[in-house]
Amino acid sequence: MTFLWAFLVGGTICLIGQFLLDVVKLTPAHTMSSLVVAGALLDGFGLYEPLVKFAGAGATVPITSFGNALVHGAMQEAEKHGIVGVITGIFEVTSAGISAAIVFGFFAAVLFKPKG
Amino acid sequence: MADQKKKKLTPVQQEYQQLAKRHEPPRPLLRNFTRAFFTGGIICLIGQGIQEMFIRYFDFTEKTAGNPTTAVLIFLSALLTGLGVYDRIAQWAGAGTSVPVTGFANSIASAAIDHRSEGFVLGVGGNMFKLAGSVIVFGVFSAFVIGIVKTLIKMGG
Repeated sequence: MTFLWAFLVGGTICLIGQFLLDVVKLTPAHTMSSLVVAGALLDGFGLYEPLVKFAGAGATVPITSFGNALVHGAMQEAEKHGIVGVITGIFEVTSAGISAAIVFGFFAAVLFKPKG
Repeated sequence: MADQKKKKLTPVQQEYQQLAKRHEPPRPLLRNFTRAFFTGGIICLIGQGIQEMFIRYFDFTEKTAGNPTTAVLIFLSALLTGLGVYDRIAQWAGAGTSVPVTGFANSIASAAIDHRSEGFVLGVGGNMFKLAGSVIVFGVFSAFVIGIVKTLIKMGG
């Protein structure tokens, strides 16, 4: 069942992205930034976590979950160390994504030549 | 934002912009929306599959399986970008491939590959986050503001 919701919710978030590109006519960078901020805001109001529970990867794979994870990391540390934790914890949860992107991106640059 | 830009232009430039706007081909919205929905949905479906695999065979819980799943998707995306396949799919799928985390990885990998000729430090290192940078900057800054506000509310309440 989660598979169906993952497909539907993930598809819908991408649809919103396409809407921002085509109808609101934002640039791709503006679209992605808006989605990340939207994800962060949703988590701020405690609305993103229920969506993850319900749709699984449908909510964690789109870039909105990056904003959600940033807020999550910040809040986790803030609970332990107070206001300083907001700074020290921001990358706590997203570490895997960013590290993987840098490492594999670098490997790609070493191994492949530009195409087209 | 667009209106502010328009004010700075001369009347002739404004006229030209209006003319250009009239001749801009209409975007095939329905087609783009369907493609974005299906590709995005399928990428998330694959993500869900990888996640279930981590839970079943590698002793991850539902909470912790998200991180390795993201890493695997990013690896696949970097590989497909290097092979030149991802960008071909992206042309067809639009936001369907750029909104998932694979699109984030694609923007990093393709920037790294494209700028390799300028050297590893100045080219690859300096340009890797050319496209993904704004996502990180705005994500982190908004997370910071939200984190501060939430912490202050909790402290006060």
